[in-house]
Amino acid sequence: MPLPSRGACAIAAETTPQPPPDAARPAAAATAVELRGITKRFPGVVANKDIDIVVQRGHVHAIVGENGAGKSTLMKILYGEQKPDEGTITIEGREVAFASPADAIAASVGMVHQHFMLADNFTVLENVVLGAEPTRGGGVLDFGAARRRIREISDSYGLDVRPEALVEDLGVGDRQRVEILKVLFRGARILILDEPTAVLVPHEVDELFDNLRELKAEGLTVIFISHKLDEVLAVADEITVIRRGTTVATVSPRAVTSRQLAELMVGSELPVPELRESTVTDVPMLTVEDLTVLSKDGRAVVDAVSFTIHGGEILGIAGVEGNGQAELVEAIMGMRSLVTGRVRLGDEDVTARSTRERREGGVGFIPEDRQRQALLLEAPLWENRILGHQTQRPNVSGPWIDRAGARKDTERIVRDFDVRTPGIDVLASALSGGNQQKLIVGREMSGEPKVLIAAHPTRGVDVGAQAAIWDHMRDARARGLAVLLISADLDELIGMSDTLRVILRGRLVADVDPRSVTPEELGSAMTGAEAK
Amino acid sequence: MSQSASGLRPDVQPQAPKRTLRLTRPMIYLGIAGFLVLFSLVRVLAGAGDLTSSGQIGATLGLAVPIGMAGLGGLWAERAGIVNIGLEGMMILGTWGAGWAGYQWGGWAGVAAGVAFGALGGLLHALTTVTFGVDHIVSGVAINILALGLAQYLSAVAFTGVRGGGPTQSPPVSPRIGTITVPWLADALGDLEQKGWFLVSDLASILRGFTNQVSLLTVLAAALIPISYFVLWRTSFGLRLRSCGESPHAAESLGVNVYRMKYIAVIASGGFAGLGGAFLTIVAAGIYREGQTGGRGYIGLAAMIFGNWRPGGLAAGAGLFGYTDALQLRGGGESVHALLLLIVMLVAGVAALNFVRGRMGAGLVSAVVGALVLAWYLSTDSVPGELTTITPYFTTLLVLALASQRLRMPAADGLVYRRGEAG
Amino acid sequence: MSGKISLERIVLALAAPVFALVVSLVLTSLVLLGSGDPPLKTFQLMLDYGTQPRSLVLTLNNATIYYLSALAVAVGFRMNLFNIGVDGQYRLAAMLSAALGGAISLPGPLHVLVIVLTAMLVGGMWAGIAGLLKAARGVSEVISTIMLNFIATGVVAYLLNTERLAVQVAGSNNIGTKPIAESGRIPGLPLVPGTNAKVFGFIVFAALCGVAFHVLLNRTRFGFDLRATGRSETAAVAAGVNVRRMIVVTMVISGAAAGLVGMPQLLGASYSYSLDFPSGLGFTGIAIALLGRNHPVGIAFAAILWGFLGNSAQILDLEGIPKEIVTIMQATIVLSVVVAYELVRRYRLVLEQRRVGRELAAGSPTEPEGVRA
Repeated sequence: MPLPSRGACAIAAETTPQPPPDAARPAAAATAVELRGITKRFPGVVANKDIDIVVQRGHVHAIVGENGAGKSTLMKILYGEQKPDEGTITIEGREVAFASPADAIAASVGMVHQHFMLADNFTVLENVVLGAEPTRGGGVLDFGAARRRIREISDSYGLDVRPEALVEDLGVGDRQRVEILKVLFRGARILILDEPTAVLVPHEVDELFDNLRELKAEGLTVIFISHKLDEVLAVADEITVIRRGTTVATVSPRAVTSRQLAELMVGSELPVPELRESTVTDVPMLTVEDLTVLSKDGRAVVDAVSFTIHGGEILGIAGVEGNGQAELVEAIMGMRSLVTGRVRLGDEDVTARSTRERREGGVGFIPEDRQRQALLLEAPLWENRILGHQTQRPNVSGPWIDRAGARKDTERIVRDFDVRTPGIDVLASALSGGNQQKLIVGREMSGEPKVLIAAHPTRGVDVGAQAAIWDHMRDARARGLAVLLISADLDELIGMSDTLRVILRGRLVADVDPRSVTPEELGSAMTGAEAK
Repeated sequence: MSQSASGLRPDVQPQAPKRTLRLTRPMIYLGIAGFLVLFSLVRVLAGAGDLTSSGQIGATLGLAVPIGMAGLGGLWAERAGIVNIGLEGMMILGTWGAGWAGYQWGGWAGVAAGVAFGALGGLLHALTTVTFGVDHIVSGVAINILALGLAQYLSAVAFTGVRGGGPTQSPPVSPRIGTITVPWLADALGDLEQKGWFLVSDLASILRGFTNQVSLLTVLAAALIPISYFVLWRTSFGLRLRSCGESPHAAESLGVNVYRMKYIAVIASGGFAGLGGAFLTIVAAGIYREGQTGGRGYIGLAAMIFGNWRPGGLAAGAGLFGYTDALQLRGGGESVHALLLLIVMLVAGVAALNFVRGRMGAGLVSAVVGALVLAWYLSTDSVPGELTTITPYFTTLLVLALASQRLRMPAADGLVYRRGEAG
Repeated sequence: MSGKISLERIVLALAAPVFALVVSLVLTSLVLLGSGDPPLKTFQLMLDYGTQPRSLVLTLNNATIYYLSALAVAVGFRMNLFNIGVDGQYRLAAMLSAALGGAISLPGPLHVLVIVLTAMLVGGMWAGIAGLLKAARGVSEVISTIMLNFIATGVVAYLLNTERLAVQVAGSNNIGTKPIAESGRIPGLPLVPGTNAKVFGFIVFAALCGVAFHVLLNRTRFGFDLRATGRSETAAVAAGVNVRRMIVVTMVISGAAAGLVGMPQLLGASYSYSLDFPSGLGFTGIAIALLGRNHPVGIAFAAILWGFLGNSAQILDLEGIPKEIVTIMQATIVLSVVVAYELVRRYRLVLEQRRVGRELAAGSPTEPEGVRA
């Protein structure tokens, strides 16, 4: 259903930002956005170099590249959150320079962020109108007008959003729809979507793409950033590939295959997944029985989960973010209290033990959010080596910290895990994400743990580091390590797991064979839709 | 020191879902009525006439205003995401400014000066926390030190050698600010109060406290509470300000000038604290005296936390602390002694609630505490003078200890915010 | 390369305090000019008076006290805990330990030991209340410690009464606890030539406390946990630190250290706790901890500077310059130093990132460029 035309808006013209009337726009603007020669530098790194992109009006234009290629920085520049060091931006034939997102919004550019920018304690209405509030004389908020307009947009696009709902209570899919609503509320004609499908599964992605096609039909332009090639080929009119901060090629989706695109992105031949021998033993290393965790309002975020991981086995748990994986991991590590259930390490029941005791019992933990949970950013690498292991050799002897021992071991980790750093006295914040993660993996695999809990271990990590981490995990598995792998990267799950389960709304709902399942089947299981 | 300015916040994990009591309008009215009955009962039983007298209520108002204004200052700042521990210092600046302008040009000039001085303190805090990104609490503590030193130095320079003044006090403020009295009502209520009837007299005396000889500044201060609510929750300016405290990066991405909002909020915060200080100087004492603030800046913060960062709750908290402060100042030992009986009744209620809910351990603890307090009450006639002075501070601690868990502060409160760091 | 880092580090470490001192001098000069007093002459007077032997002894004595107070505060600061209650903790501790010390009689070192341990115990317990409230009920320790300060004042006032723990001090209107016998006193040290005045003997113990602080925080497991919690609570939890236990233990340690603040004065000069026992030392400790950046050596320098400023200003009254100007100096130093530290910290991080980026790029040309994840 098309949006009502501008004249039918219920809000007074002077209170919402309106785009300039049609007559003022240059008639020859068939291009919505032109980026020429965009360059951006940060301390120690060149994020964008000589980027050239032309986006046609009414197109869905995809920008693809690996993690760390510079896509996000580019979009921040287009949205006014960063200023380019060199280069020009032209919107609908007019050259512009954005000093802040307010300028971008005024130029009809709207951004739907990958990490949602929503205030949990506010209602949907408050989040949507912020910065573009409809008012009645003297700056007083006109709640009625706001509610009406939101309902209009929501109904037109089937976004199904209630203005009075508290954002905190909304699920991930709903929050994304609120973000889209925010952008449409401000009359955006150029929408930037930054990795919108990162948190969605195949059939939700199809719904999103239907929405995008409707937007296109109304003459809106969509710029779509992703590293998921199949999706991009399905919906885009044109694809630009970015590698190492610069534009490599602009192609039409009809003219390339997924594999060719991938090779353009990575710049070399893709590795072929290899067959392997099973290393699974029959010694249970981690057993979880009937684990239930309740949220603050009494809902079961983890609902009677049970599984066993044997030595030499990688158990993968696939699931859309927000289905209880984080809480499950925290409960296993003792960071969150459970209501019922048992956790066993080998033969020992550790349900009542503290996090420290579980770690001492041989559990390694690679947390999901490395900067907040796995690192002390302002401490040198050798102190970070001690983190999580501060009661174990070689870091300590008795109540004392063994500096020499910790430093020597840090050097070993840097060597064995190829952590690119000039030294071990460097602060952790100075390392790239991939190297930080390699250090963390090396640390957690030290001391020959019996069980490794790995939550999204290669998220935000460049391809080289990712392959290295996978290799280390496989080697450790061959030596008898049991691994719990939580991930949203379907290729990672399929490629690494010996056993693959699916978590949905806190329950383990499916047991699939990683050797024969396809990403589509897995995705359907993750949303509870019918497989095949 | 790490980036997070609000200090540590240990995650208090719920064991089983608690049935949260929703604070709806009818519940609030019921609560107020219940408290009225309770106080009336204690007054009659303990023979402590001052517990609900109009003089006590009047004094409560007088002592609640500075606390409430400090708390309001804290609220404005924290709703924009800045923790303002420097309220005490800004209040000190307010007292000094009010004393200095007040003795020369009269009460209202003193008010203006007090607000201005406090706002300057707020500006300084905004500069260090917003522009330079210093940890909020560290900056607040530093400002308190500075304000103290400044007040001392300026007093030595400005007040020594002036008649009525000295290095630690200003000459008296004159002319002072007027009061208003609702004419016929005050007398009628006064008669009712004298009768000493259960509940009716208490209600009369409470109303009289609100309508008899109330300072104009009190009226102004009281009006600022609903005004703050309206501005912060019903205008677009207020929405943007609050968004800076909930999710500054979201606000930034939507074109809100987060730095500017924070500056405005913190300067206003200082202004409110300065107003509270001016009240102390002009209305409460009539002169500036060193050490006048007595920690009220911090109590104001406690009132804000108690009020769950909302103006209405803040007023209730300020009223509570003001009440205990007034009680110990006026009646001293005997009134505080009567308060013990009140505490016994409240603790008994808590114990009963615990037993009903099946929480035996907590119920037993409450019962024992209640018994001890009762023993203390019965075995003494009054609380010794030195100890009565701690009543408001002790109440603050008690209230915070009991109430802290259910509260929700603005999500980005205390966050050291730098532009462009999102994603 | 290692040498270059050291020089850089030293410069960075000194940049902030030096900057703060300069800013403070400028601002203070402005204030002095504003009230018609000559800045240069003021500073000259202060310098002359402050460097006299007798003043130096006073400075060292005050610095000892400030040092202990700042150490107590710094222990909490390193964990992002703000113990604003050092003031109440030390006064309560001093009073109770003085009362006990006056009431008992033990052979020499044992008497002193009992007094000191009592003070540490009282201080630790008083701070522990705030720690418990925070760990169990989430009460902000800033507010609870400040409230406890006021409550401590009331309790001390109540107890310091001839009907309870105090006695009349001979020949004056003052009342105080019963004086401590000879066996419980610590003799002074004649450290500064040119004067008979002696430095508090407790200075030795204070220096040892500084060493203990350094060792505890940097060489023990507990200290590692403490610093980790202060840097990133979330990382500490994932690393197995029991944050709630740490909060209580750290507050107790901080309070125990606070209890020592009254000891130099009590055991070296007053020998009893009376109405005129110095107060406000807790807040000074906060300022000095901030100045010294919570580092035992930095705090030592800051304490000496602070004491020097405080003492050298005594002469100003005689010249008609209000000596309170020195409080402005001290306060502006604190404010400008916290700003400067923040700026330096950020600059250092950027410098580090740049350096690592350069060295990696130089070393391995195949390292992929691009935004850090």
